[in-house]
Amino acid sequence: MKLDTSGLESFPSLILHGNDVAGEISAPPSFDLPNSNDFDGFLKEAIQMVKPAKGTTTLAFIFKEGVMVAADSRASMGGYISSQSVKKIIEINPYMLGTMAGGAADCQFWHRNLGIKCRLHELANKRRISVTGASKLLANILYSYRGMGLSVGTMIAGWDETGPGLYYVDSEGGRLKGTRFSVGSGSPYAYGVLDSGYKYDMSIEEASELARRAIYHATFRDGASGGVASVYYVGPTGWKKLSGDDVGELHYHYNPVTPSTTVEQEMVDAAAA
Amino acid sequence: MECVFGLVGNGFAIVVADTSAVHSILVHKSNEDKIMFLDSHKLIAASGEPGDRVQFTEYIQKNVALYQFRNGIPLTTAAAANFTRGELATALRKNPYSVNILLAGYDKETGPSLYYIDYIATLHKLEKGAFGYGSYFSLSMMDRHFHSGMSVEEAIDLVDKCILEIRSRLVVAPPNFVIKIVDKDGAREYAWRESVKDTPASA
Repeated sequence: MKLDTSGLESFPSLILHGNDVAGEISAPPSFDLPNSNDFDGFLKEAIQMVKPAKGTTTLAFIFKEGVMVAADSRASMGGYISSQSVKKIIEINPYMLGTMAGGAADCQFWHRNLGIKCRLHELANKRRISVTGASKLLANILYSYRGMGLSVGTMIAGWDETGPGLYYVDSEGGRLKGTRFSVGSGSPYAYGVLDSGYKYDMSIEEASELARRAIYHATFRDGASGGVASVYYVGPTGWKKLSGDDVGELHYHYNPVTPSTTVEQEMVDAAAA
Repeated sequence: MECVFGLVGNGFAIVVADTSAVHSILVHKSNEDKIMFLDSHKLIAASGEPGDRVQFTEYIQKNVALYQFRNGIPLTTAAAANFTRGELATALRKNPYSVNILLAGYDKETGPSLYYIDYIATLHKLEKGAFGYGSYFSLSMMDRHFHSGMSVEEAIDLVDKCILEIRSRLVVAPPNFVIKIVDKDGAREYAWRESVKDTPASA
């Protein structure tokens, strides 16, 4: 639908007749508007399209000692922060963790359901399910609900007979095996810090510091992430929560306020009127 | 955007696929293998939506294996291609799969073959084919330099030319590619062409 911009023309159409070059230079500016009734909405949509959805920051990576999993704890409804203390790292069973990004209810319910299926597998087969198997179960379930509006972006992290395992599973049906993932609106920020600081040979302390740092930097830049940065470690004996630090306090921990001896501006009393 | 292309040479068929798993502007992974072994002498290179790609190709792979169990002999490449097309066509007007497939195989009687199957269940037997934005560059390169009965070295040279062209001309060019080959000795991975190396998981 091309909007009628004739009303914007400020000079008479007489000028347009005559020699072509002059006509082109003096022609009134006009442009094709996109085919929609709501142009502002379209513009907003275009920006939203590129920004990853799912207001949160979660990350997980495999390193020499096992898997490190970290997440923020903010829940937002549009511009309103509905909670600063959401548990986004879900304990599926004592040796497997899942992270939550997307719809809170969807993630909680399906992770709980996955925990049930994993336990049933253990009872039926007399052995623990592998991380590969657990992630495939979840991926198949989510695939069957494709297009029905589920919003789940999760990572399944665990330790099984083959060692540490990490899978990314989402509600579009995708399932990826990998060594480093970050999911959520803050994930691009977290990736930057995570990728540059990552080494396979890290100690548990170094890895937890890297995870915490990446979450902190993401919460600093992303409005939909914040609250508490929780860090969990999954090792051969199962998972263990390592830390949960408020990101506001972390900010001053990483950027200490130094009292300066020189004063920038000094307030002087105004001269008596 | 995902780039998949392939060609048939003298007693072999080659398929190449990019290896990035992308979600909007984020690259989640740059070593995702999109070429699956359908059986010992068949390769299926797929591009499309992440869930569909894996689920559909695994479904075809398991059904091809089932046929072999039931009947004692493997399917020919033509039969596997027609089966795949049939499944896509059946699902098309109800619950379509958005997957584009290049199926390459080697049969003892008929030699190497390449089948182009797109997401709306079009089936063509071709000597060279391509999908994705990369096809704009690789198709013409292949048209220009391909000739029937190329040797492995000539074919890999052509593949490298195509990859180079995609890397230099496509705005969101994928950094890494995997090349797989199928001939009388079976289907196997030939090489990776990496320009961005992921930190390896274990030493």
